[in-house]
Amino acid sequence: MKMSKLVLAGATLLGLGAMSPAGAVDLNGAGATFPYPIYSKWFFQFNQETHNQINYQSIGSGGGIRQMTEGTVDFGASDAPMTDEQIAAVKGGVFHLPTVMGAVAVAFNIPGITSLKLDADVLSGMFLGTITKWNDPKIAALNPGEKLPDLAVNIAHRSDGSGTSNIFTNYLSKVSPDWKSKVGFGTAVKWPVGVGGKGNEGVAGLIRQIPGTIGYVELAYAIENKITYATLKNAAGNWTEPSIASTTAAAAGALADMPDDFRVMITNSPGAAAYPICGFTWLLVHPSYESSKDKGKTLVEFLRWAYAHESMASALYYAPLPDELIAKVNARIAQIKF
Amino acid sequence: MEPRTTDLPARSGEVPSSIRETGSRLSRFLSARLFRTITLVFAASLLLWAGAVAWLLFVASKPAFAKFGWGFIRGTDWDPVNGIFGALPFIWGTCVSSAIGLLIATPLGLGLALFLTELAPQKARSPVSFMVDMLNAIPSVVYGLWGVFVLAPLMRVHVDPLLMKSIGTPFFGPPDTGLSLLTAGVILAIMVVPTIVSISREVFEAVPDIFRESAKALGATRWETMRLAVLGSSKNGILGAIMLALGRALGETMAVTMVIGNNPQISANLIAPAHSMASVIANEFTEAVSDIHLAALSEIGLLLMVLTLILNVLAHLLVWATTRKFKAVKA
Repeated sequence: MKMSKLVLAGATLLGLGAMSPAGAVDLNGAGATFPYPIYSKWFFQFNQETHNQINYQSIGSGGGIRQMTEGTVDFGASDAPMTDEQIAAVKGGVFHLPTVMGAVAVAFNIPGITSLKLDADVLSGMFLGTITKWNDPKIAALNPGEKLPDLAVNIAHRSDGSGTSNIFTNYLSKVSPDWKSKVGFGTAVKWPVGVGGKGNEGVAGLIRQIPGTIGYVELAYAIENKITYATLKNAAGNWTEPSIASTTAAAAGALADMPDDFRVMITNSPGAAAYPICGFTWLLVHPSYESSKDKGKTLVEFLRWAYAHESMASALYYAPLPDELIAKVNARIAQIKF
Repeated sequence: MEPRTTDLPARSGEVPSSIRETGSRLSRFLSARLFRTITLVFAASLLLWAGAVAWLLFVASKPAFAKFGWGFIRGTDWDPVNGIFGALPFIWGTCVSSAIGLLIATPLGLGLALFLTELAPQKARSPVSFMVDMLNAIPSVVYGLWGVFVLAPLMRVHVDPLLMKSIGTPFFGPPDTGLSLLTAGVILAIMVVPTIVSISREVFEAVPDIFRESAKALGATRWETMRLAVLGSSKNGILGAIMLALGRALGETMAVTMVIGNNPQISANLIAPAHSMASVIANEFTEAVSDIHLAALSEIGLLLMVLTLILNVLAHLLVWATTRKFKAVKA
């Protein structure tokens, strides 16, 4: 028994390739943590059907971009599009492929209040620290009938760098010139006021713990943990709640202005039913895999398979891309050489 | 001084028979040499290790040093969007929260250790000591969770309002969120008390009973006995315990980041949110996209290492100074 186990272990060590099914290819990727649940589901399902193994390390967008630049992975993933300089640093270049979308919910804790309406002006005012009380006339004007208390507004934001912060601050930069000039947008910014919590759970914890707190969390997290979130006025002037449908609507609304490289933040989308604070997450692939044809072939096979299985995203509270956009992305995938 | 291991073969006549029978002179000589080499390698590897970490941090932080120079340490702005980085708010948060932690933990820990070695009934000693050692084994993230769910609300609702009313600004003022330098200090205190207790208890126990008996024979009260015989002869050990505690407090990451509020500002207001050096590295490293942001985080790591080194050297100097005085008095 012992001997046979040893022999087996030796064989595994020596001939991993020989052990896996004929023709199967290993791909390695690294990057964003936000889409990890849907990616790992895709990779698992894809492996079941084709026996090709895709390994993904969810080390964060920054790490994904760095590993892509250093050429240590076959593909990367990021919640924020790469800058021109970053792309120039990657040997062979980069294609951005939007995979799914996420929405950012504005969650709050005001004793006695279960529904809250906010517009861009009020939201940016609170995060800039110019609106400091919940009974501020500006908030009251949006919420007639609600008895807003004389309570200090406390801001909760992410303390860790995150794509969620990137989407949220990008929205504030688009709707508020003050925010744009004073803070700007990014995965980590210089917050004018408030306290930071680590991860969605950290921010949600702060909101729960401190009465009067308002913050932002991923929609999936807000739904799964039954956190009350605000209804927001979108660019078209309609009141919208964050949901899978309103997020997909945001992408559909932004289609007209979609750049060819898909590097776009779709916050404050003009669509009538669009939720204003949402964004893509991207897979980063090389335009050419001619030096390792097998990998290129498998990667393209996976990408086509994944975009045919966009519907798997909804179960995990990611919004699938609208069909027109999937068609555009598939056209880009067809350009990958191998 | 202990005899050196190489002395063994030459003094074989004194070696107990049980050892003498285990091998020839040559093999014993070789094994002694071998043992010496191996332990030397262990000792050297530790130095190499520390050196390698420092070197790596130095290399990684070069771009930040080139851009900001010494201004990095004085800078108060931390703005990743515009690529402006200054470390002072983080240095401030780390130092002040650790100081608060030690201010609370030192009297508490020493008192507990004295109670355990000098006053507690024999039966109570080992269960309480065991509990204290157990506290050392609790992961810091658990302390952090407790901090968020129990300590922070407690501070917000009960402690902070009391401090605001009794002492007030500039040290205690609004906004009161419960997440602050003070809360971080309190949680650090709770985390380092076991370190102080375990070490100072060992130190107190090492004081020969004859010291205590002598003090009592001279008519000292119980308190005077403790002060003169026990505390007086344990200064070095106590300082060592505090230094170890300080080391843990300076580097503590998870528990601090969960209760400090993570807002890099310098304010005398102890109940305002702040940030710490270890926290900002843990928070921002994974998603730091620009090179200068990464370099700035590495430089914070290097500064934290240097800060720990400086404080350790200072403590050793303090020990050296006090023992010299002590010896001078004895002479």
